[in-house]
Amino acid sequence: MSRQPLLSVRDLRISFPGRHSTVEAVRGVSFELGSEKLGIVGESGSGKSVTGRAVMKLLPSIARMTAEEMRFGDRDLLTLSESEMCAIRGRHIAMILQDPKYSLNPVVPVGHQITETYLRHAKVSKRAAREAALAMLDAVKIRNPERVFDQYPHEVSGGMGQRVMIAIMLAAEPSVLIADEPTSALDVTVRFEIMQLLDELIAQRQLGVLFISHDLNLVRRFCDRVLIMYAGQVVETIDAARIDEAQHPYTRGLLNSMPRIHAPRERLPALARDAAWSKDLREVKR
Amino acid sequence: MTHPTIVSHTRPLPRWRRWLETDTPESVRHAAFQESWTKVQHFRSQTLGMIGFWLLMALLFVVIAAPLLATHDPNVQDLSQRLMPPSSENWFGTDHLGRDVYSRVIYGARTTLRIAVLVAVIVAPIGLIIGATAGYLGGIADEVLMRITDIFLAFPGLILALGFAAALGPGINNAIIAIALTAWPPIARLARAEALTIRQSDYIAAVRLQGETSFRIITRQVIPICLPSVTVRVTLNMAGVILTAAGLGFLGLGAQPPHAEWGAMVAVGRQFMFDFPWVVSAPGIAIAVISLAFNLFGDALRDTLDPRIA
Amino acid sequence: MIELSVENLVIEFGADRTLVRAVNDVSFEIERGACYGLVGESGCGKSTVLRAMAGLNSRYAGTISLSGEVVRPKRDKSYYKRVQMVFQDPYGSLHPRKTVYSQILNPMLVHRMPNTERGVDQALEAVGLGASFRFRYPHQLSGGQRQRVAIARALALEPEVLLLDEPTSALDVSVQAEILNLLADLRAEKGLTYLMVSHDLAVITHLCERLAVMDGGKMVEELTREQLARSETQHPATQRLLKATEELGEGALGETDFGMAPTFQTNSGRSQ
Repeated sequence: MSRQPLLSVRDLRISFPGRHSTVEAVRGVSFELGSEKLGIVGESGSGKSVTGRAVMKLLPSIARMTAEEMRFGDRDLLTLSESEMCAIRGRHIAMILQDPKYSLNPVVPVGHQITETYLRHAKVSKRAAREAALAMLDAVKIRNPERVFDQYPHEVSGGMGQRVMIAIMLAAEPSVLIADEPTSALDVTVRFEIMQLLDELIAQRQLGVLFISHDLNLVRRFCDRVLIMYAGQVVETIDAARIDEAQHPYTRGLLNSMPRIHAPRERLPALARDAAWSKDLREVKR
Repeated sequence: MTHPTIVSHTRPLPRWRRWLETDTPESVRHAAFQESWTKVQHFRSQTLGMIGFWLLMALLFVVIAAPLLATHDPNVQDLSQRLMPPSSENWFGTDHLGRDVYSRVIYGARTTLRIAVLVAVIVAPIGLIIGATAGYLGGIADEVLMRITDIFLAFPGLILALGFAAALGPGINNAIIAIALTAWPPIARLARAEALTIRQSDYIAAVRLQGETSFRIITRQVIPICLPSVTVRVTLNMAGVILTAAGLGFLGLGAQPPHAEWGAMVAVGRQFMFDFPWVVSAPGIAIAVISLAFNLFGDALRDTLDPRIA
Repeated sequence: MIELSVENLVIEFGADRTLVRAVNDVSFEIERGACYGLVGESGCGKSTVLRAMAGLNSRYAGTISLSGEVVRPKRDKSYYKRVQMVFQDPYGSLHPRKTVYSQILNPMLVHRMPNTERGVDQALEAVGLGASFRFRYPHQLSGGQRQRVAIARALALEPEVLLLDEPTSALDVSVQAEILNLLADLRAEKGLTYLMVSHDLAVITHLCERLAVMDGGKMVEELTREQLARSETQHPATQRLLKATEELGEGALGETDFGMAPTFQTNSGRSQ
């Protein structure tokens, strides 16, 4: 494996200018992604999803984005045109979103949506694309691919929909996968199955994964490394296995505030936020 | 939840702006004022909508100040001066009875605005109540109310208005009633669709669980939700209403002579259209401009009142 | 004393060939001042039970009793005075065009309660929101603040029973902790009885002393918090749920916080 990271982002800043004020959603985020599972954890409003979308250059048009560097392999994402970006999206960097209900086309049978990916990216015959799509449905462990192939998104369950979504995204054999809360809409048992599936597929394909979630427990069990985001900045980067040794009070607060089955507590320690956490880190260092 | 960092970049505001934009309103009315203020702010950022708004303001001004703006009595005939081209004396020329077209267009605005306002005032409440009731209650009430609505919808608007106007007799008030009778069904349909979607919502369930009666749920919870889209729809329909009114006037079933009304003016001027085009063009342009103004205004209003805009 | 009880509850949807039995012979009892949990995967019927108890669905068979008295399927106003509900989605459970004040005030007006103005302030204070929130609209509030308002609205009638439909599943963990603490405090303070529905075992066990696991419309197992903490479960549905929660969360019984192994160990070939 080359030493060059799949994805490298340096000093990413995203703001949303408004009439009276500017919302600074991301304030200087840097990370490198190899063939590993990198988690980004934070609460709603911390800028984690915006960061994921920025890598795909899928921000709303009013957003202002700057970065010192944003590279995918040896390509500079910052200078790519929209059409060049289109060639990368889906083909090289794929994205799975929270709710398959909204990310699948409701009027096209699910199998055809996978076939389409092959037709678009792989230039194969219709027949071969269909075969490949069925194989892909099988790969995401859908028991009866032939039957599911012709079903519409509303006819499949949430877990099945997310499997289909994964199949569509992995069909083009991307090298980077961005998963934005891929299991938050699912029940815990289904969530477990989907996570197992994702883990297997990622290991087979040696993908680099950016796993965005609000669930610190889930991320630490799934990922290799975790970035903890707060108010648009990365406050801590830590190996997932060593997350219990986390230093930042915010990370510790998040860990403590989760209820536990086997260690019941009278009260959950509430997170006491400190204004210092959201200070601009560069200025603090100076 | 982490609050994203917000950087303010404006100068200190005057007191009334601070009152309108404070985070801690002091009464329900204060809060309502603030809501309206954000809507006004949003509306003001839409150029086309503002053009529509100022055109309608101009119409209002013309209606109020008609006696001052008009250069002649709109109904005084002078057969010696008939079909005169535009001049410094008669700005838009004169019609076949020698009346000043400019003054008639000015006074015609009164008729037009009267029709538009009265139709809106009749149509919006009927449509809202029928639609919201049918949508919220569902079942038999929905069936009955919607079949009645369908009967009215089955006929093209102008034809139905024609029938009513013919039955009630020609005249401006009957024309208004006829137009209102044809204009409410689409409003009711819209309100019903809206009510259907919110009927299952948790906030309606919460109010039901307070022991609230259906009547009060419809009037106090459902109708406020339907109101914005109905307002928008009624505004957009105004263009159609003005055209229908003009059509009835054109067919002789609307305003009666010598009353100035744009549709009737076009109808009369039609005979002389090729030789004396000013007789039809002035009222024709007025109809087009005001219809456009209502459309622009309504479009911008829709963008502003859309619930997705916080 | 039994505050709330359900006997042989059966709820069906559809008719004839499309008939689905969503809830099949469910019975349980809740002591006054207790918190009882219903857990299960989506579609297991737990929310259907809750909606029937709330009075949102009057087409059920079986009996629901409040303080020993059987309530009629069509509830009257006095029932709602005593039983209130908090919904899952704080974004959908508040009227978007009404201020916090008028939403909390409304139930008190419906029930002709005295001192309504003070009542709103008290309800807001009870959920930890200051009076400055009174005249805000829901879209000006965060998810946690909205859920607090929804709880305040339920408390306005000073009920005895709160039905909680996944009240924290749409919130961040830190906010979830605050809401769970708030619910625990309110119960202690006002002697409320809770019936809580959730798919999250950890959340249920945090608040409830007893819980029932539902699967396919049936109640398959009833457990105490302690039994679950010791992993003493019998039914495969419970075990499935517990395993998934452990694997994605805190880990199995006996695993300490330190040195907890990751669930997924394939270790997808990190760069050297």
